Amino acid sequence: MAEKVLIVDDDKAFLAILAERMQNRGMEVSTAESAAAAMQLLAKESYDAVLLDLMMPEMGGIEAFQIMRRTQPEVQVIFLTGHPSVSKGVEAMKLGAMDFLPKPVDMNELSEKIKQAKASRMILAAKRTQEKIRRILTDKSW
Amino acid sequence: MTQDAGMIGQAGLQFFGKMCASVSHDIKNVLAVINENAGLLEDFCLMAEKGRPIDPARLKRLAGDIQEQIRRGDRIVTGMNRFAHSADAPSMDVDLSELTDLLAALALRFAAARGVQVHVKRPRGAVRITTAPFVLLNLMWLCLDEAMAFAGPERIVELAAEDSADGACLRFCRIQRLKDTPDGSLPTVLSSVLCSFLRAQVSFDPDANQMTLLLPKNGG
Repeated sequence: MAEKVLIVDDDKAFLAILAERMQNRGMEVSTAESAAAAMQLLAKESYDAVLLDLMMPEMGGIEAFQIMRRTQPEVQVIFLTGHPSVSKGVEAMKLGAMDFLPKPVDMNELSEKIKQAKASRMILAAKRTQEKIRRILTDKSW
Repeated sequence: MTQDAGMIGQAGLQFFGKMCASVSHDIKNVLAVINENAGLLEDFCLMAEKGRPIDPARLKRLAGDIQEQIRRGDRIVTGMNRFAHSADAPSMDVDLSELTDLLAALALRFAAARGVQVHVKRPRGAVRITTAPFVLLNLMWLCLDEAMAFAGPERIVELAAEDSADGACLRFCRIQRLKDTPDGSLPTVLSSVLCSFLRAQVSFDPDANQMTLLLPKNGG
């Protein structure tokens, strides 16, 4: 099954071309030009990976990521940034981001990361289901 | 005076750094898009090698997209070049409306971050003054930053450079929340040092939602 990816970036040209390249690689891609638009999509759909621009108007990537994590704990986020700084990278990783990649993006590396994101999300989702089942069984003393 | 000169120099360096960082971010974005376009071209070649024909119309659009990014990059670099040259001489004859355009271009990313649009109302002709352009741009930036901080629900700040009886003025209009802080909150010491250096004045008119930077014909 195709990887489902959401790209969030305020640069429309970047968004369009990256989406086209990923679709050519067989991925199912949605795009959002702002963190707020991304939240709306995430409320309706789940994605294997979210590619999140670090610097965006009104709400930056880090803030958006924190909100996403509260509502969807298993969401796998890869930050994309034009200016990778060690401190921002460390901050993102500490918060639980899957990775922190510089722009321009290496498509092969990105594709690989997205595959890993999908695998991680499936493991997390399976763990959550197992945990739910275990809780039900414990509650019912079975 | 030496202390003031030191403060102007230090503030100027910070201002220059802030603008350079913003411009370099914009250039990185342009390069990222060009990189993706080149990548897409490569994808097409790989697909063609596997027997899938290349669509000439798509290639034409791709070339157009790359050219658009080159134009975007050129605009950014041209603005940066003009900004850098504003520090060439301590005093120069300048067109205030051109400096206003330059400021609006430099402020684009900061305005977007605040969700504000900066509109420039162009005068009929040039608004010429003799001043220290780099120091003036620094003061104009402080005023614009202030104006954006107090932009109201319409999220627009309008700039208008005009000739005045004693020189020129730059009006920062449609600052709908200026009433909230009638005295403004410009970094007082720095702005007053810059004003004193340029023999400029900043006045606030909360009823008109307006802040005005008054400049002498020969200042700086």
